[in-house]
Amino acid sequence: MTTRYLTAKVAGSLATLLFIVCFNFFLFRIVDSDPVANLFRGRNLTQSQRAELTKQFGLDKSTGGQFVDYLKQTAQLNLGRSYTSNQPVWSEIKDKAGPTIALVGISAVLSAVFGVLLGIAAAWRRRTKTDYSVTGFSMATFSLPDFWLGMILLTIFAVGLGLFPTGGIEDPSSTATGLAKLPDQAQHIFLPALTLTVAYLGEYTLVMRSSLLETMREDYLVLARAKGLRDVLVRNRHAVPNALLPVVALLAINLGFVLAGAIAVEAIFSWPGLGLATYEAIKGPDLPMLQGLFLVFSLSMIVFNLIADLLYGYLDPRVRTA
Amino acid sequence: MNAVAAPSPRRITWLRRRRAVAAAWREYRHHLPGMVGLGILVIAVAMALAAPLLADPDGLKAVNTTDNPAWASPSEFGPLGTDNFGRSVMTQFIWGSRISLLVGLAATVLAVVIGSVVGIVAGFFGGRVGGVLMRITEWFLVIPFLPLAIVLAAILGPSVENIILVIGITTWPQPARLIRAQVLTLRERDYVDRSRALGASNWHLMTRHILPNVSPLILANTTLTVPIVILTEATLSFLGLGDPANASWGKMLDNAFEFGAVTLEAWWYFVPPGLGILLVALAFTLCGTALEEILDPRLRDRRA
Repeated sequence: MTTRYLTAKVAGSLATLLFIVCFNFFLFRIVDSDPVANLFRGRNLTQSQRAELTKQFGLDKSTGGQFVDYLKQTAQLNLGRSYTSNQPVWSEIKDKAGPTIALVGISAVLSAVFGVLLGIAAAWRRRTKTDYSVTGFSMATFSLPDFWLGMILLTIFAVGLGLFPTGGIEDPSSTATGLAKLPDQAQHIFLPALTLTVAYLGEYTLVMRSSLLETMREDYLVLARAKGLRDVLVRNRHAVPNALLPVVALLAINLGFVLAGAIAVEAIFSWPGLGLATYEAIKGPDLPMLQGLFLVFSLSMIVFNLIADLLYGYLDPRVRTA
Repeated sequence: MNAVAAPSPRRITWLRRRRAVAAAWREYRHHLPGMVGLGILVIAVAMALAAPLLADPDGLKAVNTTDNPAWASPSEFGPLGTDNFGRSVMTQFIWGSRISLLVGLAATVLAVVIGSVVGIVAGFFGGRVGGVLMRITEWFLVIPFLPLAIVLAAILGPSVENIILVIGITTWPQPARLIRAQVLTLRERDYVDRSRALGASNWHLMTRHILPNVSPLILANTTLTVPIVILTEATLSFLGLGDPANASWGKMLDNAFEFGAVTLEAWWYFVPPGLGILLVALAFTLCGTALEEILDPRLRDRRA
């Protein structure tokens, strides 16, 4: 990969990061015009207490001064305190990132793998019953609200049949520690992971299908057939690796998106991750928490976009020189 | 001397466009998935328009339904049972279709209008103006739009207008990027150069040459944006940011979850609205894909 391509992409991401950080400041200044009143809602503050707090929070400074403070604190990962728990926002986010990464990571990998396989099957058997049913199923999963699917699965398999727990990450009464927790956690993650996998499956299937159909028209595939290669070899060695390019990019971009996209599903399954934290912060409204979450979600988008760009540049030499 | 007056250029253009639309429709008619989608949409729109004839809006208010049983299943209270307040789910479903469709269409139009203006201007001018516009578009593409929509909706407060505004201003970058790419290729066409040589202004070029040529793309893109918007609306409403006075299908799902329909296994409260969202979103996807294939001949081979 050329250094020029690399520098351009990294510089672009840094510029975007700077934009997001500034945007985050001004967006929430519009919302949270009086943090002192919000933080001490329902308590009577004397005039001098108010003035003291305003000074303590640095709110007596000019907008410019506050902006500089904000930049310094953000750089030190000081994102303020949650209105509801009164804990530092950063430590709250750190605690909740694990469950979300586990849930989203598993679902992203599963949906990509199964989506690619279904997409290959549909494209290879174009205009057959397989193709029609796979395409129809993918379009349907693409069109359904993921949390609605979660509600249905929850009603049938957890409430109705009692096969799975109705929510949370582990049985609170369990005394297991370390690795012994895994079977219990696997049971808890099953339904939310299934929901997200099905919800994101369709996009991969459709992208893989159309990408493979496009690849199959290329000259080198005609040549591969003409020199007498078996169909399976043509497909697995020549067509699929090249058709995978857009899927790789989609996976990287989706990983950035899905982190925030799991909000409603986490709420349904009370999965103690960033999504549930967002859901609760909205109900508050807990503005410092929302602001921190917004920053983290944006950051993950930037990082995964950069990964997608670099990966694409690495896999497809044509992109680098463009 | 020619006895028959030559038709005016305007009339020629009009005839040509009418023929193009008629030809596209002839092809669309034979596109089975596209027709299925269109059929679902016609039914959904008819239901939304005829809501006052189909169900009494008084049934949406809990004070009027105190005589009804709460959480009655469809077999006890036809046709779709009742919710925790004894309100008929059917009534809510019919009236909810209005809000879901209204938000879906209005927010899409808003997003596509902003996206088209940005895309056409950025593509047409290129250079510094285009570069700056595209940078802004890319920044907005990176901001995760659901959290941004959540934050904006939380600021503005829950109302139908605000939801439309919020979704519109978070969805425009995708159409903008797509349309700009198309305009970049159109700008280089000979007829644009020729028109410019004849003294056409930028405004004339953009509105008379570029816009008509990107409008098929805009139409297909609009149709494909609606499902995304409808799903976003459902999610925002589910997160408690929907208008409580004008409940959409998404708001029904929020109410169902909030009042414990899942633990009570009251499936009749949340299956119909979710199914409504699924069918309408799917219908728009089917129509949009069909339009894309008909309007863009390169995609014809892709057709299932």
